[in-house]
Amino acid sequence: MSAITSASPSDQGAAPAAAKAPRTSRRRTRRLTGADRTVVTLMVGVPLLFVLILVWLPALASVALSFSRWEGFGGLDAIDWIGLDNYRNIATNYPPFWPAMWHNLIWVVFLFLIPTPLGMFLAVLCDKELRGSRFYQTAFYLPVILSLALTGFIWQLIYSRDQGLLNAVLGTSVDWYGDPKVNLWAVLVATSWKHTGYIMLIYLAGLKAVDPGLREAARVDGASEPRTYFSVIFPVMRPINLIVLVITVIESLRAFDIVWIVNKGRNGLEVIAALVVQNIVGEASRVGFGSALATIMLLISTVYVVVHLRATMRGDR
Amino acid sequence: MTTGPLATGSADPGTLTRSAGQVVTEPAGPRRHPLRWPRVALHAFLLVMAIGWLLPLLWGAFNSFRNYDYTAANGYFSFGGFTLDNYADAWQRGEFGEKFLNSLYITVPAVLLTLFLSACAAFVVARFSFRTNLILLGVFVAANLLPPQALLIPIYKAFNEIPLPTWLNSDGELLNSYLGLILVNTAFQIGFCTLVLSNYMKTLPHEIYESAAVDGASVLRQFFQLTLPLCRPPLAALATLQVTWIYNEFFWATALLTDGDKFPITSSLNNLRGQFFTDYNLLSAGSIVVALPTLIVFFVLQRQFVAGLTLGSTKG
Amino acid sequence: MQDTNSAGSPAPAQVGFPVPRRTLLRAAAALGTVMAAPALAACGGDEDDGGGGSGSGDGAGQVTFGSNETGTTFAKQRQAAVADFQSKNPGITVKLNEVDHNTFQEQINNYLQGNPDDVFSWFAGYRMQFFARRELIGDVSDVWPIDGVNDSFKAASTGEDGKQYFVPQSYYPWAVFYRKSVWQDRGYTPPKTLDEMVTLADKMKGDGLTPIAFADKDGWPAMGTFDILNMRINGYQFHIDLMAGKGSWESAEVKKVFTTWQQLLPVHQKDPLGRTWQEAAQTLQQKKAGMYLLGTFLIDQFPQNEREDVDLFNFPVVDPAVGQDAIDAPIDGFCMSAKPKNEAGAKKLLKYLASPDASAQASSIGEPFISSNSKSDTSKYTTLQKKSAELVGSAKNIAQFLDRDTRPDFASTVIIPAFQEFIKNPNGIDALLKSIESQKKTIFVD
Repeated sequence: MSAITSASPSDQGAAPAAAKAPRTSRRRTRRLTGADRTVVTLMVGVPLLFVLILVWLPALASVALSFSRWEGFGGLDAIDWIGLDNYRNIATNYPPFWPAMWHNLIWVVFLFLIPTPLGMFLAVLCDKELRGSRFYQTAFYLPVILSLALTGFIWQLIYSRDQGLLNAVLGTSVDWYGDPKVNLWAVLVATSWKHTGYIMLIYLAGLKAVDPGLREAARVDGASEPRTYFSVIFPVMRPINLIVLVITVIESLRAFDIVWIVNKGRNGLEVIAALVVQNIVGEASRVGFGSALATIMLLISTVYVVVHLRATMRGDR
Repeated sequence: MTTGPLATGSADPGTLTRSAGQVVTEPAGPRRHPLRWPRVALHAFLLVMAIGWLLPLLWGAFNSFRNYDYTAANGYFSFGGFTLDNYADAWQRGEFGEKFLNSLYITVPAVLLTLFLSACAAFVVARFSFRTNLILLGVFVAANLLPPQALLIPIYKAFNEIPLPTWLNSDGELLNSYLGLILVNTAFQIGFCTLVLSNYMKTLPHEIYESAAVDGASVLRQFFQLTLPLCRPPLAALATLQVTWIYNEFFWATALLTDGDKFPITSSLNNLRGQFFTDYNLLSAGSIVVALPTLIVFFVLQRQFVAGLTLGSTKG
Repeated sequence: MQDTNSAGSPAPAQVGFPVPRRTLLRAAAALGTVMAAPALAACGGDEDDGGGGSGSGDGAGQVTFGSNETGTTFAKQRQAAVADFQSKNPGITVKLNEVDHNTFQEQINNYLQGNPDDVFSWFAGYRMQFFARRELIGDVSDVWPIDGVNDSFKAASTGEDGKQYFVPQSYYPWAVFYRKSVWQDRGYTPPKTLDEMVTLADKMKGDGLTPIAFADKDGWPAMGTFDILNMRINGYQFHIDLMAGKGSWESAEVKKVFTTWQQLLPVHQKDPLGRTWQEAAQTLQQKKAGMYLLGTFLIDQFPQNEREDVDLFNFPVVDPAVGQDAIDAPIDGFCMSAKPKNEAGAKKLLKYLASPDASAQASSIGEPFISSNSKSDTSKYTTLQKKSAELVGSAKNIAQFLDRDTRPDFASTVIIPAFQEFIKNPNGIDALLKSIESQKKTIFVD
């Protein structure tokens, strides 16, 4: 018993050690029965099928459509194939594009520096079994569950130039939503309101799953709290840390909701997802053009995912 | 080391304080929570933050109890004009009764299916060999990178062609059916859930599977009896998030359903907006009613966020 | 491409004014309501009689009706109209499929290619001709002529091939609105020329008012200003041709519109890009702004007891040779899908919806809409609605508003950002027009 328990903290705490132990056990588990093998195939195969058919196939269709001019009417014969024209136009003949790329970059940096660490910090605090920690968790998580319409209305009440709370309290007449120099930051604050709770939830679940024996061990060794966290818990939470990183980057690349509800992604709030939606959804239906924008988005995200997965792979080895 | 009280999750790292020169070494017995400065500061900080977080929401809620004419006349920073009419109106105009049911038909199956399939896939990815795993994970994750709107046209056209037996959908095809919507939502959420669950599952030590395999447990038994119970915190977190997202989702709902009667609750909020005129107080009331189910789910699942209960019990 | 449009969009001078044949219409309405009551109880049930073969004479069976109103007074008015229609046409049941306004519009392309309802709400103008060209909506020429609907509205309902694809029901004009009480107090009078308007605006500024309220957060309100300036400076035909993709945005005529607009911007409300039109209308209501160019829907921002105080005037003359007889007045109505399940029934419903009976039903429930049928009862119109009808009546040419007069992808992905850019940076006109023109060339390729 104790042999196992004392093995696990070091397992979790030291990556190379973890690699060694499972390797031997993996070799043993390779001897799967036929039934087991079927089960495993099904377990991974069915979800895979879902994703391949309902997401990848349409995604590939989108990439194909990016080389066309099409309004979505009619069948394949109605499609007008134009090669790289859409991409050329996006880069040179479409004013919202480059601002959008820049804004997405700012989004990533902002989320990474402020709401994500804040969410993690709040999770650590809420993890402490304090009185009222449930209340705090709820308070931070609530913005995540609100409908977009309500969120939009709430922040409109705060940011409106003529009738908003912020200008009333500060006595200014800053055009928070309309001035392209400030509106991105205003929207980032509103996004952080939601993003922090989201990160907190994920991180808290991770913290709860950490073996309390680790904390006990650190406590007995006389470590202070910050040291316990940084030297023991943080490394153990490595997979969760990585998840939080992925979420932050992907949410920034896909940033859409609040921008859309404010002004549909115009005038300083251009982001790539909003441009895709503006072009594809609704009557505009510039399907080819919108698909080209979506393909660019997919490329950028894929580059990041590949980099991330390689880092994970290296780390776990 | 992992003695009884700790296994029940009452570990209180709060006693590890820098100001305490000595360390409290007695884990068992009744706990004392002396009121020390760091604790007070902690509470104060959390309280201030929590209130700051709640204020915008409370503001919206406050206005939902007020009459539009009053706020239009006196501005939003006035006090007065209280009424419960907005709630009654919103319920009736938004046809909340029917629409809640519609949302139920969509959300419950989609969440259950998503969590189950993701757990299966995550289990395989976390537990077994390495090389294909990353590719698998990549396939799942990359699927989430696109905004769903980019896939609207291909999916719409495909669904238009796929026939369904009429007992599943009176229109006879996948379009405008709940099943189609459930499938699409599931497919889009599997990636994220698989990623999160696989990472949690990786933190589970392999020894538990070892002992189970030695005992002759099949993979399926290991999955249901070992992994899933241990994954309660992440499953609870994901369930909360999934319910929130799928329930609040209106893009696919309005794109794939053409029958106004089948629309879920999120579209009801659109009923409360006119083409040219929106009574925001009414909209707030409606939004709050709409948010209630997800709030309830959150409270119910919060109980799963309990420290050490799961791990401790298997090790002790 | 836009030949039918140039042949003449509604010249409602010919529409004349609804002469209230009060007694007759009131009796008809009363009769209709009495008969509607039991019909109302009966309808709403899901009767799957299945449509008879399309084109069968009497149209018996079910007609599906896609409506872009739900939960609002307009929705109730439509339900009442449907009930009335059913009572007048026993044997035909109407299944109403209500979807909220925004969703309906956004999903229209997919909706038409999926399983559209037999009859559905839509708009006149390019948007309608767009679908007619792609054979997504059905030919309803045999519903015309509709008693009381003039040839000019008929022209707006006509596709490029000379056939009708639309029936009109209501419309509203864009004009300059102001509060009578404020103007009386300060001694302002409605300007007749642009110069007079500028002088008036300067006077208002001196008096501490914002001369012209302005908002463009949503991107489309600014189109109203462009439309009216273009029509006043270059004439209606030039405007419509420009919307159709003919003519160049880099031409001197278009540049003149922008330079005029640039000169007017200083008397418009500042920082319009963060302000919604509702907020701008509220500035007018709060007596902080002098006037506002918008559609009649702005009245909803005024509490009931202040609505009589609102008045309008036609945007002033800029070039005396052009005059001021062209305005924006979008027309709402209904279309039939290309392959309806019950064509005969659908056509009967369309005819009814364009008739005075339908608008009578609306009047009996809430505020009526401004009917495009000259025989409709106008006794319940508000003063503002009567004035609106007069304004549209005296106009020689009616445009449908920029986003209904041109390709939707051009309007939303090119024009909206371009106009917002102009408002932010009124000095970059040349570069802006160049950008619009080059983007336009990639879109108008048909």
